[in-house]
Amino acid sequence: MSIDIDTARKVAHLARIRVPEDHLPELAQELSSILTFMEQLNEVDVEGVEPMTSVTPMRLKRRVDEVTDGGYPEKILKNAPDAREGFFAVPKVVE
Amino acid sequence: MSLNKLTIADARDALKKGDVTAVELTESCLSEIEGAGALNAYVHKTPEIALEQAKAADARIKSGDAPAMCGIPLGIKDLFATKGVATQAASNILDGFKPEYESTVTQNLWDAGAVMLGKLSMDEFAMGSSNETACYGPAVNPWKIDDRKLTPGGSSGGSAAAVAADLCLAATGTDTGGSIRQPAAFTGIVGIKPTYGRVSRWGVVAFASSLDQAGPMTKSVRDAAIMLGTMCSHDPKDSTSADIPVPDFEAALTGDIRGKKIGIPKEYRIEGMPAEIQKLWDEGIAMMKDAGAEIVDISLPHTKYALPAYYVVAPAEASSNLARYDGVRYGHRAKLAAGEGIVDMYEKTRAEGFGPEVQRRVMIGTYVLSAGFYDAYYNRARKVRALIKRDFEQVFAQGIDSILTPATPSAAFGLGEMDGADPVEMYMQDVFTVTVNLAGLPGVSVPCGLGSKGLPLGLQLIGRPWEEGDLLNHAHVLEQAAGFAAKPEKWW
Repeated sequence: MSIDIDTARKVAHLARIRVPEDHLPELAQELSSILTFMEQLNEVDVEGVEPMTSVTPMRLKRRVDEVTDGGYPEKILKNAPDAREGFFAVPKVVE
Repeated sequence: MSLNKLTIADARDALKKGDVTAVELTESCLSEIEGAGALNAYVHKTPEIALEQAKAADARIKSGDAPAMCGIPLGIKDLFATKGVATQAASNILDGFKPEYESTVTQNLWDAGAVMLGKLSMDEFAMGSSNETACYGPAVNPWKIDDRKLTPGGSSGGSAAAVAADLCLAATGTDTGGSIRQPAAFTGIVGIKPTYGRVSRWGVVAFASSLDQAGPMTKSVRDAAIMLGTMCSHDPKDSTSADIPVPDFEAALTGDIRGKKIGIPKEYRIEGMPAEIQKLWDEGIAMMKDAGAEIVDISLPHTKYALPAYYVVAPAEASSNLARYDGVRYGHRAKLAAGEGIVDMYEKTRAEGFGPEVQRRVMIGTYVLSAGFYDAYYNRARKVRALIKRDFEQVFAQGIDSILTPATPSAAFGLGEMDGADPVEMYMQDVFTVTVNLAGLPGVSVPCGLGSKGLPLGLQLIGRPWEEGDLLNHAHVLEQAAGFAAKPEKWW
């Protein structure tokens, strides 16, 4: 499977990474070469094999549904590039 | 001998006897770090914290309540969240990030009285095998054979360089596809990746959550046993952390492997394997046989597909984990032009903050998870992963106790030498280690000799799940038999 420039542009947008138009051919070529490498997987007979979902078979722990953490907005906001009045600030989202 | 050159075990005994203080040990490491700028291993130094912790450790040792790691000066990989101390995963996107919390692993170490010297370089978000994707520039291998600067390996390259150059007694590393074992092999030190779930991932910057495990990088197998015991714990904050007791790994080092069955997988004799690697492996097999182990030829038929499966699964998980770096809550945010909106902010922030390899992997991961390709790539890779795990389960069911393989397909290479290479060529560095992460098994890299050019080479032992003690005992026997004692000559 080779990736064309339009697919590379689409993937970059899905990943929310801006890629300048003149870098797209190189990106498409790099992604194609990695995907070609992955294509070896098509040689494997996976008929009837369940996809692995957990590394070690274990049942997830349960606990009582109660608040165990929180109540420190100043810590949460401390590393924000732009925080105001107890909130994260971002460019306008809704007109 | 300078105090910074001590092993954990020797330092522990000297501290206990009162021959040395934690402050003296720490000062010795700090002064060595000051003179080792050329190695670029430490990227955020914390001498004030170190001296304060060392004083507290000395008081604790005096009071008689001192665990093994008390007063031991350590370097910490930049991937571990350390409260109030820069934690950047070697990425510009986390520029300026100082966590308000401590990772479980480092908290366990500080609770035991260990001392933090600073944060160590690594490949950006642990994606790389040469430390060259670090936003700080690469750490440099203390081993040198000509005028070239060599890679210490990656992703835990700063940790490996710091331990090999005695800039700490030991360091933390993390391993997603070989990131502890490959740099350990490149620098002549010991590194173990424990069974998936043995060590808490809480507070460790996530790369691929189903593969990531932290572990110690040390000067000896005994040190690895001591430090691993302190790093392990059941942690309710990590849902995949195993709720099973942590045994005394050091007590497992009996040096007796008589009658144990050691598997030699034929699929690891890869095409084009350098003669020095083949020779080292053959020597390792002979050593284990001499120690009384039974050598058994085994087959792990899906080995060949481990790398391509890994390079689907790991980027897929990474693309999801790294979605959180959006310029909103922490780290870098791009400057916006008038009229630019929130999508521009995301796209510009991530383009500026992520380096090329991270961008590549996030995009590959996005692609293999996207509609129409999920089954063809991601689901197929997960099925192949199940088969790789089954290969191991079958040989362990045959009674195999551990598996001996090379750790890396080569010795350390020069920084910049892979610049023009296809990304896939660098991925080949993980060829012997990545199966272990896919199967969730413990694996340890043991330095076993110098190659034809005088650079260290390592062998890998792979163990049964949760049997790190037994695995380390095998590693201990190999270490004793190989008698690797070479150190890099100081040029920095």
